[in-house]
Amino acid sequence: MTFEAFADTILPGEKRFPGDVTVAGAAIGGGAVASGAVAVLRTDEGGMAPALDNLAEALNGHAGGYAAERGLSLDPAVPPFVALSFPDRTELVARLTAPTHPERDIWVSVAMFSTIAFDAAAHLHTVDALAAGHPGMTTMGFKPPQADGLWRFPEFSYGRQLAHPHPDTTPSGSPA
Amino acid sequence: MTAIESTDVVVVGSGFGGAITAYHLAAGGARVVVLERGPWLTGQDFDQDFKFGASSTRAFDFTIGDGMSVLAGNCVGGGSVVYFAAMPRAPRFVFERHGSIGRRMWPAAISRDTLEPWYDRVAEALPVTRQDWPDVPYAGGLWAAACHHAGRTANPVPVAIDNERCVNCNWMMSGCRFDAKRSLLLNYLPAAIAHGARIRPLHEVQRLERTDAGGYRLHYTVVDDVDYRVEVGGGAIDAKIVVLAAGAGATPVILQRSADTLGPMPAAVGRYFSGNGERLNTAVVDEDRVREVLGLSRSDGVPYEAYQIGKGPCVATWDRLDGSLPEYLRYSLEQLYFPPGFGTILAQVPDATGPTWFGAEKKELLRHWKSWLTIFTMSEDDNEGVFGPPPPTGNAVRVSQQMLGRGALRYRPTENTLRGWAASDAEVRDILERDGLARVMPWTNDVVGAYTVHPLASCRIGDDPATSALDDRHELRSHPGIFVTDGSAVPGALTVNPAMTIAALAERAVPAIVEAARQRGVAVRYGAPAPDGATAGRDAVLPLVGGRAAR
Ligand SMILES: Cc1cc2nc3c(=O)[nH]c(=O)nc-3n(C[C@H](O)[C@H](O)[C@H](O)COP(=O)(O)OP(=O)(O)OC[C@H]3O[C@@H](n4cnc5c(N)ncnc54)[C@H](O)[C@@H]3O)c2cc1C
Repeated sequence: MTFEAFADTILPGEKRFPGDVTVAGAAIGGGAVASGAVAVLRTDEGGMAPALDNLAEALNGHAGGYAAERGLSLDPAVPPFVALSFPDRTELVARLTAPTHPERDIWVSVAMFSTIAFDAAAHLHTVDALAAGHPGMTTMGFKPPQADGLWRFPEFSYGRQLAHPHPDTTPSGSPA
Repeated sequence: MTAIESTDVVVVGSGFGGAITAYHLAAGGARVVVLERGPWLTGQDFDQDFKFGASSTRAFDFTIGDGMSVLAGNCVGGGSVVYFAAMPRAPRFVFERHGSIGRRMWPAAISRDTLEPWYDRVAEALPVTRQDWPDVPYAGGLWAAACHHAGRTANPVPVAIDNERCVNCNWMMSGCRFDAKRSLLLNYLPAAIAHGARIRPLHEVQRLERTDAGGYRLHYTVVDDVDYRVEVGGGAIDAKIVVLAAGAGATPVILQRSADTLGPMPAAVGRYFSGNGERLNTAVVDEDRVREVLGLSRSDGVPYEAYQIGKGPCVATWDRLDGSLPEYLRYSLEQLYFPPGFGTILAQVPDATGPTWFGAEKKELLRHWKSWLTIFTMSEDDNEGVFGPPPPTGNAVRVSQQMLGRGALRYRPTENTLRGWAASDAEVRDILERDGLARVMPWTNDVVGAYTVHPLASCRIGDDPATSALDDRHELRSHPGIFVTDGSAVPGALTVNPAMTIAALAERAVPAIVEAARQRGVAVRYGAPAPDGATAGRDAVLPLVGGRAAR
């Protein structure tokens, strides 16, 4: 739950069902969570999986501290980070990833994995992800492959000269 | 005790610096072993797939440092497998640069003129060709048209691409499945193998020591082919000559780690690192303005929406590559595609009211991804990178099974570098925001620091022992028989894509390496033709090497 809320802060989406507490509903369409952020974080390949429990605890610790600082009372039924409002999650993630924060590497890494879930579906074969309507790559308008599963773009060029080359271009086509 | 293998020459790394030297030494008759820490992928191995474990992650090394992250190749063929194959030569003024040392930083023996015949050798070998406008994909055409509209010039960039085979799939960073990109897997490396060179993938060299015979012993580990964090073996090999070509992010680390056994390193080892002044701006173009202002339209009537289509950088503006401008204010601006998974996290939202690189507004920016245009600055940075103490193995502590690691590079851009970046950012904005064509924001350095795919200069050549690790023959000072021929040898930023210059310098370094090998009793000659047998490039350089090594 905690990482769903974190990933949803990085690239937010719409609630998956009424009462979805981890996805804040701060944007239309599926966000990083619907795109598989937690699955990406859990992959063996990513290397984050063994650390996730500790990281969730740390993140909730930061959320608790943040709430105390702001005098916010958090719903005890869910982890503290999940209980924060979307603007507060955003503010906290901005702090944790700021250039001067001692743990920034870790939180930047979690943000990277969340982004990669959305823009590249790193836990799935790209062909399969697109065929299944992967929310992130579909939102971006990533074009599907040809029938053989490979990408080719037979039309790719305006086909005409659109600028004057630099006058000091050598015969090899390089700057002089 | 197991017998330690021995050979004439060990080459560490198989990118430009490694493949070129390995070929010439093997063709000249030396016994050559190439140790490469990455996997050996070819043709059908190159997946069009972003899944972890596909060639997209197997072939890469992404090292996060303090203030600078480096993306480099990690496979047989090195950066040539993942590069965009833009191959311009460096402009004349680059070789006259002073940089951070206050006087000419390149060796007196090297200028654009003296390097030209070596550039020609590379151009013949890969080959590198001029592109014509019909070869230029929509993104390059859009950048050209915007430059023209703003009163600038723009050039199709010379490339090592066989345009007949290219399908403009834009997967070239995962390795070219169609063999259109002229990587080293198609020229120098097969030619080296044909002459008996042996290439060992998944062999990561850790350190060097001297042998009683006056040569060197290289200690390596063998890494698992799926999980590069796992060591599955190891060993050592003796050589009379060592060519280090592990790349500018890795070569200095091997040398630092070897200082205990080899003795002190020149002060410049692991210093003066340059990111080639690299910087990226993301523009989100207004499709209607592209039609109205630039008069552009595709056959289906869509003005652009073609970020995904094409083949890497194809058009650059070189107006600021003007030697009369002050140093640090000269740069090129090149159109580029960065695929998902690499290129979206650092893109910032223009005029954001909240966070710029994540959040709800960032998601909206991604909704317009098809209309993105990325512009790549290559400027004159100040060689401000320094490598800290080496990690236990390799050049980084690996976080993921593949690709992601944490390295010891520290980079704090100076005022000079920042000024160049600011000037280039302003220029991109001036060109692309003119008449409402687009909205532009530079990538943020706040997330993983500055970012380079062009690491350079961490062990540079020069005439001054205090500021260069190598003499002008690429031999490591006070460690005869060790040569460095990769991007680490390049003294500083080049203001254009570096592979052509790295390759030309490697070509130029070969005669001296051959001579050193002969002095150590290796029967080797200089004078091989291009890998495909062409001889014009070779014939043009033979008189320059004065028959020294060509006997
Ligand atoms: C995505 C991308 C796009 C690029 N596009 C362009 C472009 O269009 N034009 C251009 O000019 N340049 C481009 N470059 C840069 C270009 O690829 C590099 O400048 C060039 O490859 C550097 O050559 P090199 O010989 O210094 O090192 P590399 O090509 O990096 O080769 C070093 C090799 O050494 C291996 N190695 C590292 N450590 C060890 C070790 N300890 N033991 C054994 N082996 C080791 C690595 O795995 C690698 O294969 C691009 C780079 C990237 C990443």
